[in-house]
Amino acid sequence: MTTTDVNREALLEIALGSDPSNEPRTTVVNHDFSQAPPPKRAIAKMRLSDVLQLIGAAIASVSITAIVFNFLAPFDGIIGFVLVAYTLFLAVYALVVWQDEDATAVVDRLVAAVVTSLAAVLVGALVWVVSYVVINGIEALKHTNFYTEDMSNTGPLDPLDSGGVLHAIVGSMIMITIALVIVIPLGVTTAVFMNELPSRFSRFVRIVVEAMTALPSIIAGLFIYATFILILGLPKSGLAAAFAISVMMLPIIIRASDVVIRLVPGNLKEASYALGASQIRTAWHVTLPTARSGLMTAIILGTARGVGETSPVLLTAGFTQSLNTNPLDGPMISLPLAAFKFIGSSEETFKQRGFGAATVLLVLVLILFILARIVGGRGPGQLSNRQRRKAAAQSKRDYARMVDDDESPASPARVPLPVTSSPVSPSEGDTTS
Amino acid sequence: MTTTVEDQGTGVDSGIAIGEPRPRPKQGPPVGRQTVADRVFRAVLRISGVFVLLVMLAVGIFLAFRAAEAIGAAGWSFLTTAAWDPDSGSFGIAAVLTGTILVALVAVFFAFPLAFGTALFISEYAPLRIKRPLITLVDLMAAVPSIVFGIWGFLLLQYSIAPVARWLSTYLGFIPIFRVDGADPADPLSPASVFTSSAFIAGIVVALMVTPIATSVMREVFTQAPPGEREGAYALGATKWGMVRSVVLPYGRGGVIGGTMLGLGRAMGETIAVYLILAPAFDLGFNILQNSGSGYTVSALIALRYGESTPFATSALFAAGLALFVLTLIINFAAGAIVARSRSGAGAEA
Repeated sequence: MTTTDVNREALLEIALGSDPSNEPRTTVVNHDFSQAPPPKRAIAKMRLSDVLQLIGAAIASVSITAIVFNFLAPFDGIIGFVLVAYTLFLAVYALVVWQDEDATAVVDRLVAAVVTSLAAVLVGALVWVVSYVVINGIEALKHTNFYTEDMSNTGPLDPLDSGGVLHAIVGSMIMITIALVIVIPLGVTTAVFMNELPSRFSRFVRIVVEAMTALPSIIAGLFIYATFILILGLPKSGLAAAFAISVMMLPIIIRASDVVIRLVPGNLKEASYALGASQIRTAWHVTLPTARSGLMTAIILGTARGVGETSPVLLTAGFTQSLNTNPLDGPMISLPLAAFKFIGSSEETFKQRGFGAATVLLVLVLILFILARIVGGRGPGQLSNRQRRKAAAQSKRDYARMVDDDESPASPARVPLPVTSSPVSPSEGDTTS
Repeated sequence: MTTTVEDQGTGVDSGIAIGEPRPRPKQGPPVGRQTVADRVFRAVLRISGVFVLLVMLAVGIFLAFRAAEAIGAAGWSFLTTAAWDPDSGSFGIAAVLTGTILVALVAVFFAFPLAFGTALFISEYAPLRIKRPLITLVDLMAAVPSIVFGIWGFLLLQYSIAPVARWLSTYLGFIPIFRVDGADPADPLSPASVFTSSAFIAGIVVALMVTPIATSVMREVFTQAPPGEREGAYALGATKWGMVRSVVLPYGRGGVIGGTMLGLGRAMGETIAVYLILAPAFDLGFNILQNSGSGYTVSALIALRYGESTPFATSALFAAGLALFVLTLIINFAAGAIVARSRSGAGAEA
């Protein structure tokens, strides 16, 4: 049964007063959108013998590799050991499976093993990279002064209980705030423009924006560097860095928003137009709210990209050891740039501060990412429980209003609702003007 | 306003008549009623569209404009010279462009199997329980700042990968790209530094940065493979791999190629990790395992030399940047076209 049918029946019921108790009743279509297609069934169960084959092959390969490494040793190092052991594992596993099964099954099992291990390698690499940086950053993060001081009073040989990255944290925040103030209104209105006013011109804008997503971030930095700093003669500043980040983020956010807005179902918009709403009302009350969670996700993930980007800031922000809260004047530093400069130093304490700055940046990105997961992850039109309750309350109020209308003396004239397609009366269609 | 429904319903502008099937109305809102607010709204939309277009075009035109001076002075030698000394007139992108492409190719060499395997695992092999977390993890990996990967590659991977590079150069050194000058296989104590700061290491680090984007493109096309055909393959007695090979892979071929190319385009633009790892070298070379054995990359070159004082040197940097931009642009558009074509017919909009 379609939504329209439900609504028509509800309206009919309201109009004809078929419900004897005359209790306020409303039909809220309550689809559970979270489980659209039925889940796929697991068709391949692991048997005990399969597990044993895997374990046996693993043990055999590690043992053989150990022997090879002790006596022959063409490789050294842990990575070499893993590579040899893995190759041997595949060979042994193929042999073991071949005892029971035919060639087709052997290939099937081998591919499954390879695919699984490739995924494991990717996850392992991510864990390795992140944990390496975080573990080395802990030493710096233990000192509270790391978050409350800048580096202006810290010499190259000072221990970790002096100096911190406050100036970089503040700098990152100022830069990304300015960039967002520029990018969000401009990006979202442009995405709406490309969807609301389709024309040859807006298609051209879309092509240019898509081309610009290929722009390497360093070139965005070089552009701002050449225009603001070389031609206009302005000093390197937080504002210039914010502009560079904006140029880099703008195409990303426009494209992501464009995709999300394009997913808004056309019949929602048509319904709004059919009720007589104007274009701006439709965009403001139907299109944007429907796409809201997707838009938020686009913006937050774009922010994560912008916060983590080093190269445009490297060219435009300059370098400073002290806290600077004025984006218009004087150099400013951001977290990734600070990590980059610290890591390049030969002093051990500076390297630790670099790891610390990178960890703070990682945590910041993680927070943004979790935020994006919370607001996003739902397609357009899929409501959270709170939104669904709100919609239900709204339709109850509407119902109450309509019941009041019906009790007015004029109501009997309107009882036959458009079962055939006779138009509704002008007074109803005109609610928006 | 007192417009009635009848007025609108029969009007030609709206193009909608109730009750009789009509060809799909042309895209866009009804043009009939325009309030003042609507006009302002459209004007604001147009202005922001024009403004964004101007900014984006300004970047491209400015890039071309500033590059013209250097390219005009160097002529065709800009493409064939392997040196970077603009103020003495000897500069060209032969070395840095090959360096960029080598790093990107190494990155794709590692990223492709990783992305392909992970995408296939997520869409076909993973138990339902770990499918969602795995997708989230891959997305999260895409958001990890490049400096984090750069630090890891610069301080850790360089030294732990050296034995592999040594092995490759010892046993496969007869292949030109694996040759390492200055490494003596007979001497086990020869310094490891000849194996650091190489395009091989930079490529591996960049590979981890571009794998997530390639993975999500591939995963998306894999999961769109029609379920009816999947079940058909199983019904004919195919193993899982048989089904994947005969249904999922042919269906997702465009996505695999497109995702890989998208990764390639990203890999060429990576700056900070490459800048940390690679040693500046402006000689044409193809020895990817050797310290300074191949050229620097364009983006790292810009990060290294942007501070140069003369306008002409900056113009030369713009020329290099333009070459990089044109290259990534071509790759991105080709990738986009391939992905879009592969999806035609699938996932049609409602």
